[in-house]
Amino acid sequence: MSYNILLCGVGGQGTVLASKLLAASAMENNETVHSAETIGMAQRGGPVSSHVRIGEDVYSPLIPKHSADLLIAFEPSEAVRNLDFLKDGGAVIVNEIPMMPVTESLQPTGYNGREMIRFLKQKIQKLAVVNADELCAPLGSSKFFNVAVLGVALGARFLHFEEETVKNTIAKTVKEKFVESNIKAFEIGKEVGLSMKPDFDALDNVVPKREMTEEERNKIIALEEQIQTAKERRYETKQ
Amino acid sequence: MKTEYMMGNSAIALGAIAAGVNVACGYPGTPSSEIIDTIAKHNTNKAIHVEWSVNEKSAMEVVAGASYAGARCLVTMKMMGLNVASDALMSLAYVGVEGGVVIVSADDPGPISSQTEQDTRLFAKYCRIPVFDPSSVEEAYKMIQDAFDYSEKYKTPVLFRPTTRIDHAYAAVTYDETATPKEIPGFVKNSKRFVIFPRLSRMNHEMIEKRNPEIGEDFSSYKCNSFTGKEGNKKAVIAGGVSYAYAKEYLQDRDDVTLIHVATPHPLPETFLLNALKGIEEVLAVEELFPYLEEEVLLLSGKHKLNLSVYGKHTGHMPTAGENTAEGVAEAIGLFLGERKPEDPGKKAFEGVVDKIKDRLSGNEEVMMEEPKAPMRAPVLCAGCPHRASFYAVKSAMKGKKANFSGDIGCYTLGNAMPLDMVDTCLCMGAGITMAQGLHWTDEECVNFAFVGDSTFFASGMTGVANAVYNQADLIVCVLDNSTTAMTGHQPHPGTGITMMGDVANAISIEAVLKALGVKKVLTVNPLDLKAATEAIEECAAESGVKAIIFKSPCIAITKATEKCVISDRCISCKKCIREIGCPAISVVDEKVIIDPNLCTGCGLCTQICPVAAIEKEVR
Ligand code: SF4
Ligand code: SF4
Ligand code: SF4
Repeated sequence: MSYNILLCGVGGQGTVLASKLLAASAMENNETVHSAETIGMAQRGGPVSSHVRIGEDVYSPLIPKHSADLLIAFEPSEAVRNLDFLKDGGAVIVNEIPMMPVTESLQPTGYNGREMIRFLKQKIQKLAVVNADELCAPLGSSKFFNVAVLGVALGARFLHFEEETVKNTIAKTVKEKFVESNIKAFEIGKEVGLSMKPDFDALDNVVPKREMTEEERNKIIALEEQIQTAKERRYETKQ
Repeated sequence: MKTEYMMGNSAIALGAIAAGVNVACGYPGTPSSEIIDTIAKHNTNKAIHVEWSVNEKSAMEVVAGASYAGARCLVTMKMMGLNVASDALMSLAYVGVEGGVVIVSADDPGPISSQTEQDTRLFAKYCRIPVFDPSSVEEAYKMIQDAFDYSEKYKTPVLFRPTTRIDHAYAAVTYDETATPKEIPGFVKNSKRFVIFPRLSRMNHEMIEKRNPEIGEDFSSYKCNSFTGKEGNKKAVIAGGVSYAYAKEYLQDRDDVTLIHVATPHPLPETFLLNALKGIEEVLAVEELFPYLEEEVLLLSGKHKLNLSVYGKHTGHMPTAGENTAEGVAEAIGLFLGERKPEDPGKKAFEGVVDKIKDRLSGNEEVMMEEPKAPMRAPVLCAGCPHRASFYAVKSAMKGKKANFSGDIGCYTLGNAMPLDMVDTCLCMGAGITMAQGLHWTDEECVNFAFVGDSTFFASGMTGVANAVYNQADLIVCVLDNSTTAMTGHQPHPGTGITMMGDVANAISIEAVLKALGVKKVLTVNPLDLKAATEAIEECAAESGVKAIIFKSPCIAITKATEKCVISDRCISCKKCIREIGCPAISVVDEKVIIDPNLCTGCGLCTQICPVAAIEKEVR
């Protein structure tokens, strides 16, 4: 058994830190983990991806096509570019804010990301679309999206780690002065992820280990109640 | 012992430290560069001599000397560096070593960031020396230590060849953090051994050819050469390097197919292979780059009259170029085992049409949307890169004149992209300066420019300048001096004066070197001052002989920007700034030309181009 996570985006978006945190969390859990970065000449605005593979029977450093359980895309077109790696029924978290190719003003492609999101919505059942700018607004910079999105993944139960495990690895990995804001980013992400839970009922078979905590369960029940009352209210006004 | 999650290159570095390495030399080259960086980082007590040598040949020779004195030595480079080092290595293979010498030559199947798809295993065979081929990060840590042992046991330099997917993969490795360099016995003079003469070469050649089968025999019991599968199997897969990992990923723990892992491709572990291939009728060679194992097995099969069919690149069963992938290998093995059928594109297209018709008939109007194409993201010079300014200055100064632009290896190869389009040739390290001379001798009317980076200049540009001065060629050498080796991750070089031992040595002045080589006109300009740069170029173009311009401005990655530029409402949207220089910080949003404040470094190049002076500098 293995759990494969592919992170992808554009050079400079911070996918590497996110993959490091995932690997460190897996190690903290005493799990075997391998990863690989594909960078090439890409630091200058090219596509980048990190392959994180958790589990014993993993040999290839890169995730084979159609084998990723989770795709975390920092950019809509990069999600589509890497969709081949996702296995049937795999989950996708995607940031809906597009990054234009750096050559856009010279050779316009007309790209805007919306078409990519539309396609993903049609094709992927377990899809979480997030907006990095809105998500990171309380933090003052979208730079923290790389850590916030891990929170989204955990909150939506795409990751089997304990919240504390990830927080510990954040504290150990990032520079001291950024620990606090990164943990906050992670928490904000987690809230958003949790609120997505009702959409992901089919999810439980993707998630290897982790049980919901009491607190999370209560939150979800509360959310479901809210949704229920909202529906009822709508029903009442219609009548 | 300490366990850390690390990159393959770090595992190689820490393995060398665990083996007691005394001297580590290298020249930066993707994907090998992090090895020397890691050794330097762990060398806190300076017990190991670590250096970025000026090029791979120098590194190889420094190591040869240290090894004669009994030191354990590591040399690192990418595989094309091995071409440069081969002059020294070829002879060292004949002379042999005293202290263990391991040469890491990182291959780059794809190629992902290289000019060739050459294969270090073949080089080992050509040099008649052993080569180790790790298949994982964990294995690399152990194998490099074995490589030192074999090197000392047989008194020969040995090659160690990881590929990009090993160098840049990560895994948890438990390493010995208390290892110390070994005692160096000291140089014992012995000219009969250390001075290469034809007689010595002849004698040693014979010795080497006799010794290699013995090493092959020794390798037959080397633990990393292994095979799995039950007796009576008729089919086998033979693989090495990361391709073994791909094969294993597909076959996992199956025993109905024999999976052979060759960790030491040269000298071939014949006994091991004959044993592994016992009863096998068909074998598929899964490897990247050269069909090395495939040919070796063919040879072996001929030599021992095996009843064996060998499949691989020569038979069209494996791709002949590019890197392998897990799914590509799975496909090839699946076909070989008869478990998969070749894909029929016609059938697939037909099924697609059938599906669509079915949708229509069932009244299912929502037809699936076609997959939108993700936009191309071509690499470009960073916003604020000083190379952009240098290229632009030469381009504008030469407008309407006949000129050739010979490029070289480094970030500045990206000067070929539109709209700059300023790289007409690029061949190998340092070749721009010499190729410009060749172009000059075919058309003496044309102005020839050679662009060379500062690190490349020291690595192999200086001899080209001497050649030009001596043979009275006519060219303008443009040294793009950004004070670092940017492309490979910002390593220092002789021009920076910073060494890997943490000292600040005497920085070598490129200007003084050029003058000493007899270049009569050497100008130094800041490329970000467009007017001064253009004038310097025009001044050089007006004279004959060898001239040089040093465009001096640091890479943006090693400095902190203090300014940024903004476009005021004087802008007439003529888009000249975009059309002329292609800085990625400038773009059009809602019909307005804007500068991304996060990307802009305030280099000021665009301000000098705008016809209405609409772009202004601001403090960050
Ligand atoms: S000053 Fe102009 S050319 Fe330089 S980085 Fe900023 S936008 Fe680009
Ligand atoms: S890394 Fe430095 S030298 Fe390379 S493109 Fe960027 S600014 Fe230019
Ligand atoms: S060159 Fe000047 S006027 Fe023209 S688009 Fe650029 S900023 Fe505006």
